[in-house]
Amino acid sequence: MERAILRVTTKILFGPIILYALYVQFHGDYGPGGGFQAGIIFAVAFILHAFCFGLDQTRKALPQRALIVAMVIGLLFYAGTGVATMLLGGNLLAYDVIVPGSTHYAGQHYGILLVEWGVGVTVASTMLTIFYHFTGREPDIDQEDW
Amino acid sequence: MNLAEQLPVLPVIIPLVAAPITLLLPQGRAPHLWATLISWLTFAACIFLVSAVSDAGVISYHLGGWVPPLGIEYRIDLANALVLALVSGIASVVFAFAYRSVRVEVDPRQSTFFYCAMLICLTGLLGVTITGDAFNVFVFLEISSLSTYALIAMGANRDRRALTAAFNYLVMGTIGATFFVIGIGLLYQATGTLNMADLHDRLAGQSNRMVEAGFAFIVVGIGLKLAMFPLHLWLPNAYTYAPSAVSAFIAATATKVAVYVLIRFFYSVFGFDFGFVAFAFTYVLLPLGLAGMFIASLVALFQDDVKRMLAYSSVAQIGYMLLGLSFATVEGLTASLVHILNHALMKGALFMAVACVVFRTGSHSLQAFAGLAKRMPVTTWAFILSGLSLIGVPLTVGFISKWYLLTAAFAAGHGYAAFLIVASSLIALVYIGRVAEMMLLREAPSEGPYAIPIKEAPLSMLIPMWVLVAANIYFGVRTDLTGDLATRAAEALMLVAGGAP
Repeated sequence: MERAILRVTTKILFGPIILYALYVQFHGDYGPGGGFQAGIIFAVAFILHAFCFGLDQTRKALPQRALIVAMVIGLLFYAGTGVATMLLGGNLLAYDVIVPGSTHYAGQHYGILLVEWGVGVTVASTMLTIFYHFTGREPDIDQEDW
Repeated sequence: MNLAEQLPVLPVIIPLVAAPITLLLPQGRAPHLWATLISWLTFAACIFLVSAVSDAGVISYHLGGWVPPLGIEYRIDLANALVLALVSGIASVVFAFAYRSVRVEVDPRQSTFFYCAMLICLTGLLGVTITGDAFNVFVFLEISSLSTYALIAMGANRDRRALTAAFNYLVMGTIGATFFVIGIGLLYQATGTLNMADLHDRLAGQSNRMVEAGFAFIVVGIGLKLAMFPLHLWLPNAYTYAPSAVSAFIAATATKVAVYVLIRFFYSVFGFDFGFVAFAFTYVLLPLGLAGMFIASLVALFQDDVKRMLAYSSVAQIGYMLLGLSFATVEGLTASLVHILNHALMKGALFMAVACVVFRTGSHSLQAFAGLAKRMPVTTWAFILSGLSLIGVPLTVGFISKWYLLTAAFAAGHGYAAFLIVASSLIALVYIGRVAEMMLLREAPSEGPYAIPIKEAPLSMLIPMWVLVAANIYFGVRTDLTGDLATRAAEALMLVAGGAP
């Protein structure tokens, strides 16, 4: 069993990192945190996975194509929230129209939650795409041929 | 949804939502058709916006329902409505034109990314123009610039030098953006607001080191983005090695939008109360504009690469725009705005003609143009007509620009500038003439790399190109359309700026 400590540690840490990312994600509209930070933490879990098990294994778990789709979905979540508020009769990103008549600004809470979720998904998938491309790049010139 | 109320945000939100969807489309024809459709929708929204602004004067749209100066405001008056119509109009023509050209010049696996980046670039340029919030300008400027870096780098499929060109532009563009945002930061520190109209009110009477430094940072930062002469070094390589359709798009829009931002900051944010504005006009923009007109034109004269020649010519033409706005008169500002519109039309058409030549011969070196009049007559005449427009021959838009500029120069008491404008137009005559001579009078090469049988470019490229050439003639005859709107826009800007400095 090669590098047993690393493999076991990674497996133990992987879940809590994702959980922490989700905590930062959903905590974001009340306290420090939000989509950007959560997205990075989420991506970090997979980067740790790639460090320990190799890029090919991570690519199998989370293929490149899925990341592009996730990027698009994240962005559309954000823009879609804006367009939805327009369709409901408000201005772009005027969240109050999501729950009309609320005395506690419930619309603002739902709105920012949806938008931050979009940000988180996009940031996580973009970070992983950048990581995949940098680590997966074949050098143009072989190290020996310099 | 009340469409009329939401109209001001549509030019930004349509391409922004459409851009990521492009990535989900299958390779091939679909991304191009989608992007073209979106650019036409955006153009339609911008045209409606121009007519709405023409009636209403100023339209203000509050994002998220937050009232300015707290919230972000989209503020559309005639000046930016004109630039919006221009940018989306050029996009609707170039996107339609791009398909065949992009298929040979860009790696086919990148085609979805290409059209996605084009739409994001369009979003950024329209956002810069439409917004009334100084920090929002920075955000959209970066959105458009980052996508432009990627688009230029995609030229690497044909010529690896595109990578260094894109990297150079990335370094220079980022320095420009950083300077700009430092300037905004200083203004924010001095006034506590980011809304342009509010900034104007609060800056009135303020003249301390912080505001002065902020002003200098903003002028240099935008100067880098608009390729103001000595800060233009990124531009020739970027335009030369970018895919031809990208060259046509950014040459006609990106620098124009930056000139608009400069006008907006000079006239609407700082105004003539602020002493540095008059100083910058007399000692920075006027001499640099004149120097750019001549030095860049002279450099263009000695280029053996037609795209590079047109790129240097763009730097020279930006000199005219800076000259016009540095007069600080309604006539000068009108000339500047008219030339922003007109130069986009002629440079767009010229770069599209070069794209047709690249499509058939695979090269944009001057040698590849030899004897093209017999082999590609339609493209040749498109190039020559828009070249005449660049020189400023009557019945073309170039003449209108030069006419406004000459009258403005005389009215502002800069008679010598009028002489220099005519002199630099003569240089343009020579460098366009070199290409025209090559196409009309030389024999097609019988040996060497260009001795290949060449057909006329396909209709899908010729029709959009001739739409722009026709616009060059049409707006050269119907001068009341652009001229009147630009005059009204200039008068409104001048009113905010507060009379002569």
